[in-house]
Amino acid sequence: MAGDLLKEAFPEAVLNIEEFRGETSITIDAGKIREVMTFLKENEKLGYDLLLDLAGVDFADRSPRFMIAYLLHSMRFNNRLRIKTTVAEGASVDTVSDIWLAANWMEREVYDLFGIQFNNHPHLKRILLTDDFVGHPLRKDFPVKGADFDQPLQVCLEEER
Amino acid sequence: MAESRYMTINMGPQHPATHGVLRLLLELDGEIIVKAEPHIGYLHRGIEKLAESMTYPQALTLTDRLDYTSGLSNNLAYCLAVEKLLELKIPKRAQYLRVLMAELQRIAAHLLWVATHALDLGAMTLLFYAFRERETILEILELATGARLTPSFIRIGGLASDIPAAFLPRVKAFVEDFPRRVDDYETLLTENIIWKKRTTNIAKMSAEECIQYGVTGPVLRASGVCYDVRKAYPYSSYEDFDFEIPLGSHGDVYDRYLVRLKEMRQSNRIVQQAAEKLPDGPFAAVDAPLVVPPAKEEVGRDIAALIRHFKIMQEGFHPPCGEVYASIESSKGELGFYLISDGSNKPFRMRIRPPSFINLAALPKMIEGQMVADVVAAIGSIDIVLGEIDR
Repeated sequence: MAGDLLKEAFPEAVLNIEEFRGETSITIDAGKIREVMTFLKENEKLGYDLLLDLAGVDFADRSPRFMIAYLLHSMRFNNRLRIKTTVAEGASVDTVSDIWLAANWMEREVYDLFGIQFNNHPHLKRILLTDDFVGHPLRKDFPVKGADFDQPLQVCLEEER
Repeated sequence: MAESRYMTINMGPQHPATHGVLRLLLELDGEIIVKAEPHIGYLHRGIEKLAESMTYPQALTLTDRLDYTSGLSNNLAYCLAVEKLLELKIPKRAQYLRVLMAELQRIAAHLLWVATHALDLGAMTLLFYAFRERETILEILELATGARLTPSFIRIGGLASDIPAAFLPRVKAFVEDFPRRVDDYETLLTENIIWKKRTTNIAKMSAEECIQYGVTGPVLRASGVCYDVRKAYPYSSYEDFDFEIPLGSHGDVYDRYLVRLKEMRQSNRIVQQAAEKLPDGPFAAVDAPLVVPPAKEEVGRDIAALIRHFKIMQEGFHPPCGEVYASIESSKGELGFYLISDGSNKPFRMRIRPPSFINLAALPKMIEGQMVADVVAAIGSIDIVLGEIDR
């Protein structure tokens, strides 16, 4: 349903539609993400008004390296849809935080833990980790025990900087 | 602060009314909040990262430590996701027991909420009443699971064990008694003039704003939006039970309080039905020998069972490649698990959709333009748990 409508409206942007365990995932060209999301939200027949989740994934050896999965819910038609897009290392993706305000913190989290940049985000800052943290822990090449596990603990007061 | 009219004050992370380690930076114009910025992450343990280095059964123990007021609900959400990946069929008895426990856990979480929220606003008496009932629930759950805080009792494929004989009679006794207790709480608060003055028209959110911010759970329903995962996407046989979704209309702190109190009554009804209708049968999937470990007696008797037990505990199992999302209605909102499997015995990616995190993002919107004294009421009304926000 959503797949057909999207294909009709954005024939170039829809890269793949898959069905697994009753869940539909549509892969979208990252450049078109804002147009597609606005369409999904505003279209009368779809009405995906709730952004449930926004998840980053690091595929390490795959190219492009990262994936962002948006999970949408339509209050009117009571169904879910997953939109996926891929981001290369060092590339950035447009924010959807003005389409759904919910994306504000979720995008900050993805930025914090994966290092993916979001264009035009109003407040792209680390959210779970401290501002002076080095690295992005959910990347596959970040060690589980932490990068500085065997280093002595650095104490740094704000005034000393 | 020479030129600026505004004063910035810091609230938390060591503040009794922030329910954990939440820090708020408030910019004030007199007593009015101009800008509020939550700072979180003080409890970040990297649960999503840790899960990637654990087998599927091991990662279950991490979920207890998300929303530590309702460990069983978190277990359930995670197990549902893994089971969806494995396409496991769960026996009815296990499903009903899961529902029963998740609803008891919801009542316990709501009791903790109403107690601390009332305490924050100066109504101390309720704490003693609510904690008495919460204690009863925790004792009942401890009887079955052996733990009060981190049960890890709901396992992939069913439950860790069947319930002891004393469990159901105690549940039934509690269910019988509980509506009267909720009436007691209501006498203390619902028509209390001070309570009403502290909560009505405070931290309002309209239905559209809630949806914009992705808010779920009682906060969303207090604004009049009927979205409850138990009805929208029924899981674990919720369609077998008869219950209502309480709704509010004003979307203020008072309506959130009313919605949660009504939810406790509805949960009580579900527990009652589950206890009465509880079918006989196995407590875990029987056709999944590679996922569900053999019974203890079998392990002592049969070398093949011992090997199988060892293999499940050490190596786990290998679900097919793919990605699934499964969610439940936890006491805070929609708690979801987005799992990506690459066919190995460890989750390639385990993303948690934390309801508290997303609901907290709406806090600045709620309190901007309000008085400082109402911040505490607003934080309390969202019912956040920092273990889940920071993960």
